[in-house]
Amino acid sequence: MTMIEALRDAHEVAMAADDRVVVYGEDVGYFGGVFRVTAGLQKKYGKSRCFDAPINEAGIVGTAIGMAAYGLRPVIEIQFADYVYPGMDQIVSEAARLRHRSAGDFTCPIVIRMPTGGGIFGGQTHSQSPEAFFTHSSGLKTVVPSNPRDAKGLLLAAIADPDPVIFLEPKRLYNGPFDGHHDRPVTSWKKHPLGEVPEGNEIVPLGKAAIRREGKDVTVLAYGTMVYVAEAAAAETGIDAEVIDLRTLLPIDLDTITASVQKTGRCVIVHEATKTSGFGAELSALVQENCFYHLEAPIIRVTGWDTPYPHAQEWDYFPGPVRVGAALKTVMES
Amino acid sequence: MTDTPPLSLNVPEPGCRPGDTPDFSDFVIPRAGAVDRPPVDVDPDDIRDMAFSIIRVLNKEAEAVGPWAEGLSQDDLLQGLRHMMLLRAFDARMLTAQRQGKTSFYMQHLGEEAVSCAFAMALEDGDMNFPTYRQAGLLIARDYPMQTMMNQIYSNAKDPLHGRQLPIMYSSKEHGFFSISGNLGTQFVQAVGWAMASAISGDTRIATGWIGDGSTAESDFHSAMVFASTYNAPVILNIVNNQWAISTFQGIARGGVGTFAARGHGFGIASVRVDGNDYLAVHAVAKWAAERARLGHGPTLIEHVTYRAGGHSTSDDPSAYRAADEVAAWPLGDPIDRLKRHLIRIGAWSEDRHVQAEAQIRDEVVAAQKAAEAHGTLGQGTAPSARDMFEGVFETMPPHLVRQRQEAGF
Repeated sequence: MTMIEALRDAHEVAMAADDRVVVYGEDVGYFGGVFRVTAGLQKKYGKSRCFDAPINEAGIVGTAIGMAAYGLRPVIEIQFADYVYPGMDQIVSEAARLRHRSAGDFTCPIVIRMPTGGGIFGGQTHSQSPEAFFTHSSGLKTVVPSNPRDAKGLLLAAIADPDPVIFLEPKRLYNGPFDGHHDRPVTSWKKHPLGEVPEGNEIVPLGKAAIRREGKDVTVLAYGTMVYVAEAAAAETGIDAEVIDLRTLLPIDLDTITASVQKTGRCVIVHEATKTSGFGAELSALVQENCFYHLEAPIIRVTGWDTPYPHAQEWDYFPGPVRVGAALKTVMES
Repeated sequence: MTDTPPLSLNVPEPGCRPGDTPDFSDFVIPRAGAVDRPPVDVDPDDIRDMAFSIIRVLNKEAEAVGPWAEGLSQDDLLQGLRHMMLLRAFDARMLTAQRQGKTSFYMQHLGEEAVSCAFAMALEDGDMNFPTYRQAGLLIARDYPMQTMMNQIYSNAKDPLHGRQLPIMYSSKEHGFFSISGNLGTQFVQAVGWAMASAISGDTRIATGWIGDGSTAESDFHSAMVFASTYNAPVILNIVNNQWAISTFQGIARGGVGTFAARGHGFGIASVRVDGNDYLAVHAVAKWAAERARLGHGPTLIEHVTYRAGGHSTSDDPSAYRAADEVAAWPLGDPIDRLKRHLIRIGAWSEDRHVQAEAQIRDEVVAAQKAAEAHGTLGQGTAPSARDMFEGVFETMPPHLVRQRQEAGF
C-alpha cells in the first residue's frame, strides 16, 4: 500500500481500538484531507471523532492540548509543515512542557501530523523541513517515517505514546520511494518490500533507527526522502555505504549510529532542511563526541542551502544523488 | 493629492497619569438591578445590549436588588466573605514573604477577590478551570490547602510542582485548576478544547477559560472564540478587565471604542459584562453561564469589570504609570467592603465580627505559613533535588536525558 493508505490504516486501527482517539484538522473531516490520509474516517467513526477545523493552527493545537488534559488522544493534522508556525507557541511552550511544569498532574498525549519536505514544486510555503525547531524544544518527540510500513507502525506508536509527538510525513514519499532523480519515471510502493504493511496494531517503536543498506566504507545518516537519495548515491558511486534511516530524531538512536560509524570510520549526514543549526549539526556533534577516534575523515553534511526553499530552482536546492554521491567520494578520498 | 494632509498615528492614552486627578466620569455604570436576566437558552443576538451594560446586584445602600439577586443564603454569603478575606490575607503575607527574600516573585489579587472567589462557587465538582495567574480564589474557595500553595510559592521540599514552576503557577487537577503556564492567553483556547472533549465524550462537565484585558489582544483569544463558536463548546470564557496590563491601560488592547465583551458579537457568542467587585453579581452571572453551557446552549463570554488595586506583580511600581489616588477613585469600590456592608445591612454581620474575623483569618494564614516554612523557602532549607529537573520531561526518561543527568552529577 502507499504511505497515505498506511497512515489511514493506522488511524483506522487506533480509532477502532480506542474511543479516545479523535482526528481533526483543516479539510480533514468530510473531504478526508488534502492528501486524503483521513478519507472515510468521518463516515466510519462519526463527526465528533473526525472533523474539519478552522484555518487556525494555534487553535487546532491549543484545543488538542485541552482535549488531552481531559483524557482524549487527539491526532491532529497541520495541512503542511510550513503552516505550523502559528501553532508553535502552543507546541513549544504548552504541549512540550505540560507534564514537567505540572509534575505529571496534567499530561499531553497528542500527535501532530504534518506533511514535510520538498520535491513537489511547492515553493517556499509547501516544501519546508522544520524538524530542528521541534528537536530543539525539550519535551517533544520527533518522528520522520520513510516508507509505508514504518509510517503505520510509527504512527501507531506515536498515538499510544504518553507524550506529545511531532509526526513529519515526507510528502514526496506518499506515493512512492523517490530517489531524487526527478527526470525519471515515478516508482510506486507496490513493488517495494516496505510497501507491504502488516495488518492490525503492529507498532514500530519510537527511538529505533533502521539500517536500510549495510556497508563497510561510510555511514550515511538520513531520514525521510533522503534515505532513497542516499541509497541511489551508493548504488551510482559503487561506494559501499551503510545507510541508516533514523526514523525517530528525538529520542535519537545513538547506539545504532555509533556502532555504524565506529565500524566504517566515515560519516555523511543528509537532510533537506537548511544547513545552519539544522538537525545535521546535532548529528555531526554526536558523531564527533562519540566516534572521534574512529573517524578517518571529516564528517560531511549534504543539506538544503541556507535560502528560502525556491520554486523554479527546486532541483538545484534539493540535495539529490549527485551531491550526495560527490560527498561520498570526498569522504572516501580523505 | 497635494491637498491631502499627512496621516498621523493614533496612540490611545489613559484618562490620567501620575500627577493627574483621576476622572472616571466617562465610565458609564448602570444602577444595580437595571439589567434584565434572560433565560439561559437565550439567542445571543437577543442580548447584544448586555455587552455594553454591566450586571450589578449590590446597590449603593448595600442592598441586593434586581433580577440577578439570587437569594444566596446568609451562610453562602458569609462563606464568600471569608474566602475573599482569606485570599487578601494570604496575598498580604506572601507579598511580604517575597520582600523578605523567601521567594522570587509574587502576584496579588487586591481588589479582584470577588471574581475568582464568587465564580468558583458557581461551578460543580469535575468542572475544569484554565486560569491565569490572578485567580487563586478558584483554589481558596474550593478548599485547596493554603499551606500547599505556599509550598509551591517557596519552591520548598513539599512543593507539589517540585520547584519547576514560577511561584503561584499552581496546578491541581483534583480541584479543577489547570496548570498555569505563565505565557499569556494560551490557556484560553485550551479551555475550549477541554470543553469540546467533554461534548465529544457525552459528558456533562464544563470548562472555563480565563484571560486578562491586555491578553485579549493575543491571537489565542481569537482562536478560542472561533473554536468555541463553531463547535458550540460548553465553556465559559472570562475576561478579567482590571483596567491595567502592567503599565498599559486597557485601551491599548481594546482599541478606542466598544467593550471587551462586545468582541463576542462577531462570533455569535452570548456576551455579558458584570460588576467584578460585586460578589453577588459575579456569582449569579457565573451560575447563569454555567447552566447555559451545561445544558448545551453553548459558550458565554463574560467581561468582569474590576480594578487592579495593587501592582501587576512584585516587579513593578504602579505609581510610575498611574495616578496614586486612582484606586480610591475607582467607582465600583472594594469587593470585600461591599459584601461586608451587605451582610451588615441584612443583619448577618457586624463591624466587630469583621475585625475578629480578620484577626482569626490572619492567624490561620500565619499558621499555614509557619507550617510551609518548616519545609523551607526558596534557596533555604530542604529544596527539591536537582536530580528532579530531569524527571517528567517525558513519562519515561530517554537515553539522552539519562546521559545529561549523569553528566550533571545527579
